[in-house]
Amino acid sequence: MQLIECPWCGPREEVEFHYGGQAHVAYPADPATLTDEEWARYLFFRDNPKGTFAERWQHAAGCRRWFNAVRDTATYRFQAVYRPDEPRPEI
Amino acid sequence: MTHAGIPELPAALWRNPEPKRSYDVVIVGAGGHGLATAHYLAKNHGITNVAVLERGWLAGGNMARNTTIIRSNYLWDESAAIYEHALRLWEGLEDDLGMPILFDQRGVLNLAHSLQDVREGVRRVEANVLNGVDAQWLTPDEVREVCPIVNTSPDLRYPVLGATYQPRAGIAKHDYVAWGFARRADAAGVDLIQDCEVTGFTTDGDRVTGVSTSRGDIAAGKVALCAAGHTSVLADQLGLRLPLQSHPLQALVSELLEPVHPTVVMSNAVHVYVSQAHKGELVMGAGVDSYNGYGQRGAFHIIERQMAAAVELFPVFARAHLLRTWGGIVDVSPDASPIVGLTPYAGLYLNCGWGTGGFKATPGVGWCMAHTIAHDEPHPHNAPFTLERFTTGALIDEHGAAAVAH
Ligand SMILES: Cc1cc2nc3c(=O)[nH]c(=O)nc-3n(C[C@H](O)[C@H](O)[C@H](O)COP(=O)(O)OP(=O)(O)OC[C@H]3O[C@@H](n4cnc5c(N)ncnc54)[C@H](O)[C@@H]3O)c2cc1C
Ligand SMILES: [Zn+2]
Repeated sequence: MQLIECPWCGPREEVEFHYGGQAHVAYPADPATLTDEEWARYLFFRDNPKGTFAERWQHAAGCRRWFNAVRDTATYRFQAVYRPDEPRPEI
Repeated sequence: MTHAGIPELPAALWRNPEPKRSYDVVIVGAGGHGLATAHYLAKNHGITNVAVLERGWLAGGNMARNTTIIRSNYLWDESAAIYEHALRLWEGLEDDLGMPILFDQRGVLNLAHSLQDVREGVRRVEANVLNGVDAQWLTPDEVREVCPIVNTSPDLRYPVLGATYQPRAGIAKHDYVAWGFARRADAAGVDLIQDCEVTGFTTDGDRVTGVSTSRGDIAAGKVALCAAGHTSVLADQLGLRLPLQSHPLQALVSELLEPVHPTVVMSNAVHVYVSQAHKGELVMGAGVDSYNGYGQRGAFHIIERQMAAAVELFPVFARAHLLRTWGGIVDVSPDASPIVGLTPYAGLYLNCGWGTGGFKATPGVGWCMAHTIAHDEPHPHNAPFTLERFTTGALIDEHGAAAVAH
């Protein structure tokens, strides 16, 4: 189990958090114009890198707020956490 | 027979050749799927100028780490067809491989803990029977007859309200299965090459013409990806994006115990599944860790939850000692079904997305992959499992029958 830093509450145990997958996936700007192929990309296709990954987490058993994190999927180490309105930090 | 009924194997199982510079078919990944594909390429199609490339040691990935549960009680027609094809092959596999694999059809129970579980289970039993898959619905008393150590008291937090039961399901000895396929493929002339990591591809337009590896470039008429959790890492090299997420999945074993557990018990709702290995360890699995990961280890709190569920369902395990835990990396697709078949690249074939449940498919998928490669066209059993289904919407939603939370 590892400590995860909530941007609002500080470090808390992993069990308090809910995982939300890849971050910065924007809802289509003009959904009515999307082809089936583009809908498939939006709904089902996410990055799956071995290494640095920007992803969403929720502090489900704490402040219940969503935030973003940059984490290494090979070591599981969190490299940065940041609020949803903040840009992805350079690592 | 030697140790506790584990049969002895021949001293040497396969050659360790240097890679040639060119093959008709290169298979990436020497797990069960890659090895079974090589075996059936040789046996069913006479294609033997084949290499299986493995970055680590043969069958050291998920094949070495899984809990070996074999069953075919999936919901949809497409899944029932491919898993039942596999189960029929399992039933004749010792003869085919000429080696013991300790395939033991001791039956599998999938427990129901809520009214919704019961309805889903009964529906699945009906669907299985229509597909010629053996399946029964058991009441709690009948569950106790099949597996007397399951706690069927109504006082549990998640009481056992019944179970689906597949009597022909069971377990096998995973290493022997891999080595059996490896030995047969090797004898047919297939080169099994360990310590050879595929790092990229050579292409000519939209045709794949070979692979780059840690031991040099190797040309190939056809390339098949059987790399389980690392498939999207490989496909990224071609700019081919796949609807897969890789997650750690853990399992663990207890110390050796007298035979106490006659069958396989799975519970989707409380996230544990248990069988007793041939030597006597209790083998237990859990759900996947929620986050993406490639570290081949998982989080401790998953084990804690899994143990809590196990001890509640099997009070007799309360004093058993945990011996060791490990993790594998499984590639999960959005509909919990595999992706097997052709790709936008000519000469490149995909076999991935088996998630937490691909061991049971090993002979069946090897058979279908070999057909797909040999004929450049899917076998009827893998034809529905295309990459295109995520665009057409013809999904094969098996989250309910996958039996592990993911
Ligand atoms: C803990 C756990 C429990 C499980 N329990 C069950 C179960 O009870 N029943 C069931 O049906 N399934 C189960 N599974 C799932 C099952 O193990 C997998 O679906 C199945 O093994 C996948 O196919 P495979 O055997 O080819 O994969 P693997 O054995 O993982 O083979 C893939 C191989 O590819 C190699 N590879 C990857 N990248 C490269 C590269 N770039 N170059 C060269 N080689 C490469 C890897 O090293 C690996 O050996 C479980 C999995 C885990 C982790
Ligand atoms: Zn918080």
